[in-house]
Amino acid sequence: MATLEIKDLHVSVATDDGAKEILKGVDLTVRAGETHAIMGPNGSGKSTLSYAVAGHPKYEVTSGSVTLDGDDVLAMSVDERARAGLFLAMQYPVEVPGVSMSNFLRTAATAVRGEAPKLRTWVKEVKAAMSELEIDPAFAERSVNEGFSGGEKKRHEILQLALLSPKIAILDETDSGLDVDALRVVSDGVNRFKASGETGVLLITHYTRILRHITPDFVHVFAGGRIVESGGSELANVLEAEGYVKYTGSQEAAGV
Amino acid sequence: MTAAVEKQSHSHGAVVPESSRAEWFTSFDVNAFEVPSGREEIWRFTPMKRLAGLHTGVEATGSATVEVDAPAEVTVETVERGDSRLGAAGVPADRVAAQAFSSFTAATVLTVAKETKASAPVLVTVTGPGAGQVAYGHLQVRAERFAEAVVVLDHRGSGVYADNVEFVLADGAKLTVVSIQDWADDAVHVSAQHASIGRDALLRHTVVTLGGDLVRVSPTAAFADKGAEVELNGLYFADAGQHFEHRTFVDHSQANCTSNVVYKGALQGNDAHTVWIGDVLIRAAAEGTQTYELNRNLLLTDGARADSVPNLEIETGEIAGAGHASATGRFDDEQLFYLQARGIPEDQARRLVVRGFFHELLMKIQVPEVRERLEAAIEAELEAVGV
Repeated sequence: MATLEIKDLHVSVATDDGAKEILKGVDLTVRAGETHAIMGPNGSGKSTLSYAVAGHPKYEVTSGSVTLDGDDVLAMSVDERARAGLFLAMQYPVEVPGVSMSNFLRTAATAVRGEAPKLRTWVKEVKAAMSELEIDPAFAERSVNEGFSGGEKKRHEILQLALLSPKIAILDETDSGLDVDALRVVSDGVNRFKASGETGVLLITHYTRILRHITPDFVHVFAGGRIVESGGSELANVLEAEGYVKYTGSQEAAGV
Repeated sequence: MTAAVEKQSHSHGAVVPESSRAEWFTSFDVNAFEVPSGREEIWRFTPMKRLAGLHTGVEATGSATVEVDAPAEVTVETVERGDSRLGAAGVPADRVAAQAFSSFTAATVLTVAKETKASAPVLVTVTGPGAGQVAYGHLQVRAERFAEAVVVLDHRGSGVYADNVEFVLADGAKLTVVSIQDWADDAVHVSAQHASIGRDALLRHTVVTLGGDLVRVSPTAAFADKGAEVELNGLYFADAGQHFEHRTFVDHSQANCTSNVVYKGALQGNDAHTVWIGDVLIRAAAEGTQTYELNRNLLLTDGARADSVPNLEIETGEIAGAGHASATGRFDDEQLFYLQARGIPEDQARRLVVRGFFHELLMKIQVPEVRERLEAAIEAELEAVGV
């Protein structure tokens, strides 16, 4: 069973005024079968956590450790992390002009699975996954994320999640910018991914509304670059009612 | 006399030359041009020392070999200087083009008869005169009324070569041209390509520059009548030390014509240098003109340099649309991160991005053999630096 273990993680980002520490000692363990929600106000460092775990070059880990089933994630390149079973659904998926979605998906699946999927079963697999996410098949021939609406991009992130079936998925504000229908479709996709019980999910969000579709086992409040409180799903309700004021000293709603 | 002109920016980022493109000096006679010093506007990007004397009157010491593989519907002639048809598509606008026009000994003329569609692409292979040799050449492609053809010009080999290439499109003709410069590392090639486009005719012109020490191609499109359309496309891949220069000019002198210019280049290695100058002139009579030009450059390594200058002159307000865009950038780290975050190894991710960058242009090349060859050439270029 997969376990992602984050210990005392400190992360800095380079700014014009020198390195600025954003994560100040994060401790978190996500096991297969568990869904963790990280909630926090804007600027608390939630997204930095996801990018640092995925290996974005902009973020420098200054101390601490991240392991996946005991293997040192921080020693791996970005693509090695993905092949080891980590997946980051991005808040702002990147456009790659001239590279078709179908070519991209197949190249990624080949890399992650270690061999090219058989063409016939692959085509079926992609079609089925697209249809579950209510994605028009015509998107397969469009350039990766190019000209996609916010909702279309998020659906495609979950499509990749479904096809690459990682051990641990980090969803970075996947709910942002989604209308009610799209939120349902995307949440259903994540729930299908969870259903096996063999995968772990780390859901990063500002608002509680996605947690009505995807039930977390644990809720963590993120503020000032670390986890300041942890609890069960009931903690989300408290945050919805009270906002983050208790943690930040300023009014910021967590409810919708 | 090609006057040196200073350029200044206007508010949209394009440059309006002080001397209008409409007033450029042209002549078939090399002696009508002064020897350029390299400081002139049209020469300022070109490393003159590497021109091997093409601009100072070097005489031919050899000749290029021209082989034509054409379907039966296309007439192929070799003609002497002085054939009255030569020069119909345009007049040299710089000293090297005029030198080539004044110096060639024989010209190749290809004619597609009226209302005829060539059943296969015409392949013209031009092989340079050999290392250390200088040659001049001339080629004219004539598409008569409602004729249709695809012509591939394949330049290869060694040596120094300057030429004029003409495309004469009569009313309703449709001509697709791909000019490939895949020279050996020593080669110097300066090519002026002139198109005269008749009423409702369509020219699709694509320049592909992959090899040579110095390659300078200047495609000029002029409309002879209304309703015509031209696409000027270009794709180039410059390695260390190579200088590839492309200077496009679309002369809108007729009403209701359309032009679209798309040039894209990738550069890698020390002192790889590319230049794109995109001149568009919309004259007072050219009402209803629609024009757009775009240049994009992708710097794959440090030490490479891409110059990009769109020039748009508009002499009438009654146009349908005119625009331009130019951008030069390094590899987009966010694109690489995204692809790698899906498990794709870095080298493969880089290749995907470069292939994607050229994809739009490659799809415009409708000759499958040529497209496949170019895809393979791009792969080989990427292979070479281990990108």
